[in-house]
Amino acid sequence: MDRHTPFILASYALTFLVLAGLIGAIIYDHLRLKKSLTRFPAREDGDREA
Amino acid sequence: MWKYANPANFLRLANALIPWLAALTALLVAIGLYGAFFAAPADYQQGQTVRIMYIHVPAAWLAMFCYATMALSALGTLVWHHPLADAAQKAAAPIGAVFTFICLVTGSLWGKPMWGTWWVWDARLTSVLVLFLIYLGLIALWRTIEEPAKAAKAAAILTLVGAVNLPIIKFSVDWWNTLHQPASVVRMGGPAIHPSMLWPLLVMALAFTLLFITLHLMATRNEILRRRLRRLTILAAHEQGSRVALTPAAGGA
Repeated sequence: MDRHTPFILASYALTFLVLAGLIGAIIYDHLRLKKSLTRFPAREDGDREA
Repeated sequence: MWKYANPANFLRLANALIPWLAALTALLVAIGLYGAFFAAPADYQQGQTVRIMYIHVPAAWLAMFCYATMALSALGTLVWHHPLADAAQKAAAPIGAVFTFICLVTGSLWGKPMWGTWWVWDARLTSVLVLFLIYLGLIALWRTIEEPAKAAKAAAILTLVGAVNLPIIKFSVDWWNTLHQPASVVRMGGPAIHPSMLWPLLVMALAFTLLFITLHLMATRNEILRRRLRRLTILAAHEQGSRVALTPAAGGA
């Protein structure tokens, strides 16, 4: 194990966590919006497509 | 481009593309990580620490690419009045902020073992920090102004003003005497990196670019749905208000 390994692992772990958080937040936002839109009747222009 | 100005057309295209882009991104990340950890050799000066470059450099490129996308969207809002331009701009800001944050933190984690310090106020590092602050400012601006059209116009102007920072970031290492090393991939005379280290870097850069495109499509789709929800909520409130006003108990006719 290189003496700089903790810096390398920290970089990759942090990148993975931050990107996973961003992806999770966007997906959560999408599901929340879709759920909110179900309160309204569907229309012709693709309200329910997303 | 105007064909996809219609939100329903854009949603159809985004829904079809997102799964394929996500799959391709995952594949490229896997290949890039294999290249970064197993195929690329350690650097003769930096040792194993060079492996941080395979995420730091693509994150830095994407931080700037994302801002360039926002500047183009800002032009779309102000000049061409493209209906989706402001949604695309708003959706890109948090993604750009995240890539800039990754760039700054991984750079710091590389700097400590290589330079002996987490941070220096050199032109490259400082201009990237300014980019991060501009992203945060734009996110705050969007949240502060409630009316989407007004927020879009204000954000578009701020984005275009902030775009002056992009050439400063790119050429800071040439214009000033910085601790940060000069460009070694995109430069006159071709890349200064050995091909065994270059290909994993380019694969990771492509993976990050595809990740950005995927996330941007997803976030823009969310923005369209948010606006649709807002419009429907206002319409429903108006309809409810009209019904209340029409009943005799509410003082209607």
